[in-house]
Amino acid sequence: MTSWDRFTDSFFNARVAAEYLPKIIDGFWLTIALALCIIATGLTAGLALAVIRSFSIRPLNWLIIFVVDLFRALPPLVIIALLYFGLPSAGLTMDGFTATWLSLSFVLMAFTEEIFWAGITAVPRGQWEAARSTGLGFLPTLGHVVLPQAIRMTIPPLTNRTIAITKGTALGSVVAVSEILGAAQAGVSFSFNPTPLTLGALAYVVLFVPVVIFGRWIETRFAWKR
Amino acid sequence: MQDFLNAFFSLDIISQAWPILLQGFWVTLWLSALVIPLGLISGTVLALLSTVRSRWVAWPLWAWVDFFRAIPPLVLLVFIYAGLPFAGFEVSAVGAVALGFFLNTGAYYGEILRAGIESVPRGQLEAARSTGLTRWQAMQHVILPQAVRNVLPDLISNTLEVVKLTSIASVVALPELLFQARQAQSVTYNASPIMAAAIIYFILLWPVVRLLSRLENRQLAARR
Amino acid sequence: MAAPIVAATGIHKHFGALHVLKNVDLLVAERELVFVIGPSGSGKSTLLRCLNRLEEPSGGSIIVDGIDMLARSTDINKARQRIGMVFQQFNLYPHMTALGNVMLALRKVQGKDKTEAEARARAALARVDLADRAEHFPGQLSGGQQQRVAIARAIALEPRVMLFDEPTSALDPELVGGVLQAMRELRESGMTMVVVSHEMAFARAAADRVVFMADGQVVEQGPPASVFGNPQHERTRAFIGQIERH
Repeated sequence: MTSWDRFTDSFFNARVAAEYLPKIIDGFWLTIALALCIIATGLTAGLALAVIRSFSIRPLNWLIIFVVDLFRALPPLVIIALLYFGLPSAGLTMDGFTATWLSLSFVLMAFTEEIFWAGITAVPRGQWEAARSTGLGFLPTLGHVVLPQAIRMTIPPLTNRTIAITKGTALGSVVAVSEILGAAQAGVSFSFNPTPLTLGALAYVVLFVPVVIFGRWIETRFAWKR
Repeated sequence: MQDFLNAFFSLDIISQAWPILLQGFWVTLWLSALVIPLGLISGTVLALLSTVRSRWVAWPLWAWVDFFRAIPPLVLLVFIYAGLPFAGFEVSAVGAVALGFFLNTGAYYGEILRAGIESVPRGQLEAARSTGLTRWQAMQHVILPQAVRNVLPDLISNTLEVVKLTSIASVVALPELLFQARQAQSVTYNASPIMAAAIIYFILLWPVVRLLSRLENRQLAARR
Repeated sequence: MAAPIVAATGIHKHFGALHVLKNVDLLVAERELVFVIGPSGSGKSTLLRCLNRLEEPSGGSIIVDGIDMLARSTDINKARQRIGMVFQQFNLYPHMTALGNVMLALRKVQGKDKTEAEARARAALARVDLADRAEHFPGQLSGGQQQRVAIARAIALEPRVMLFDEPTSALDPELVGGVLQAMRELRESGMTMVVVSHEMAFARAAADRVVFMADGQVVEQGPPASVFGNPQHERTRAFIGQIERH
């Protein structure tokens, strides 16, 4: 066997690929499900925190800032390990999917709050004043005048951050979630052949390259123009 | 409550695990000291290549950057560490981490630096060239310093992410902080070592997070 | 003078250690156009912003159209509908069309249904001569047009008083005329107006009274002819001399 044959036999082995493709596809859907769960909870919680922060209630704001700082400073894998390996010793068990979902939701929540808050404070004071001078109250001003502008400004950084964090779904493989990477690794250890990993990498490319390109498009589309 | 404290904050267990946690902490630090420069070097090369106005450079560059931004870093790391041996390349854990970070974080640093270079007005390059500086001299002395300053918060933010990301090296059994904490946890059946690791990460990185918040606020204030 | 529609008396305002309004009185009769002039930092904008409580006065009393603006029981959002305000920087909502800008408060504050709000908004835009720009976004309008949309946004709520905070200062000279024209028409329709501005020619032609402020106090006031033609105080003379020279 030439070394090229050995290479293709290792990484592009048709027999192994056919055998493990269904598992990788299952993992593909699981990755999507996990990512969507994270996006839904993370973005909602982050926006909620940013809105609460705009009420400027001192002790509450300190708490929000601390929580946000905490989840920006901790590596996601450490949070996952704490929930998955740590909680059982306190008598609570959590499956890998839930642990990954919760951990990455916290992380996305923190970044989302930070970004939304930056967006809210970047809306010029005159916008608040104009709206308030027409008799609009605090909440309607926030909802109709400030947030729409803030969200528009935050779309590019938020998109990029969301993509980066949803890629963290691969960390689920560490806590026995059979998403793409988990399924691929299982395939490698059963078949003693790295083709499932190649398939896994391809699956990520199929899933995330369009998302990354979408992020690029968003960035140019929503570039700062006022 | 007592159970909870015992499970997560057992001082007894933390003091037992402390020596190996400390070892892990040092490994995390030197690992960061290894991969941050690697990423910066790769990123600078990518950013400089992006200024070349030729589609023979632009298209492969674009594909390279987007490919490595699309692949989760852990997937890349596992592929290098567990896959390459099948092709006859034995890689150590450190080698796999170094290569993985070079490819992954380089793509991110590259995008940030490219945005920085694009943020410098064209007149700067023209002014520099008009005084007789070569293209590379102008880049080095005029464009890059301004570019770096313009995107400094993003560079710091990415560096923070890189340090956090070194925790995935635990997956390939590199004895950094999280790996050691997991070892201690599995021996003691107690979560305190992981908690201690989390606290160490937080103490190490919180100042960076605070600094970033400040810098981001200042940028916004300037834009107002 | 008939019972004033705006009665601000004994107004004080501190910004930290800075005392920017020192016991200022400002009475405005119905249908009167009062022009407030003075050097920058004299407190004239702050006074204007106190009238609708965008700025919280540190002391004094403000009654507008019979409503005690500083009373705790006053619904400030309700009261503000009676006081229109136009800003130096226009402050149009960039994510809404001209029509959307005018309609927002009609719908959300006055609770009008969509058809009625739109009809009123279009009428207000027509009054500032921008009926054909209703569907444009602020970014697609010139500064002068934006400021006229801002005027429409305020008058659509049918306020009893209009406040203008340097409405032409951010405009290129050739765009000032359209805004002044809109203000002149508003004046002719009988609107009570308080204007902070440096447009002295407009003040001479249209104002009923000119109030000169300096260092947080009202130094002198009277009909434009006497304040401009025969100022009594040294500071007024100096200020007017400086302005006229330009």
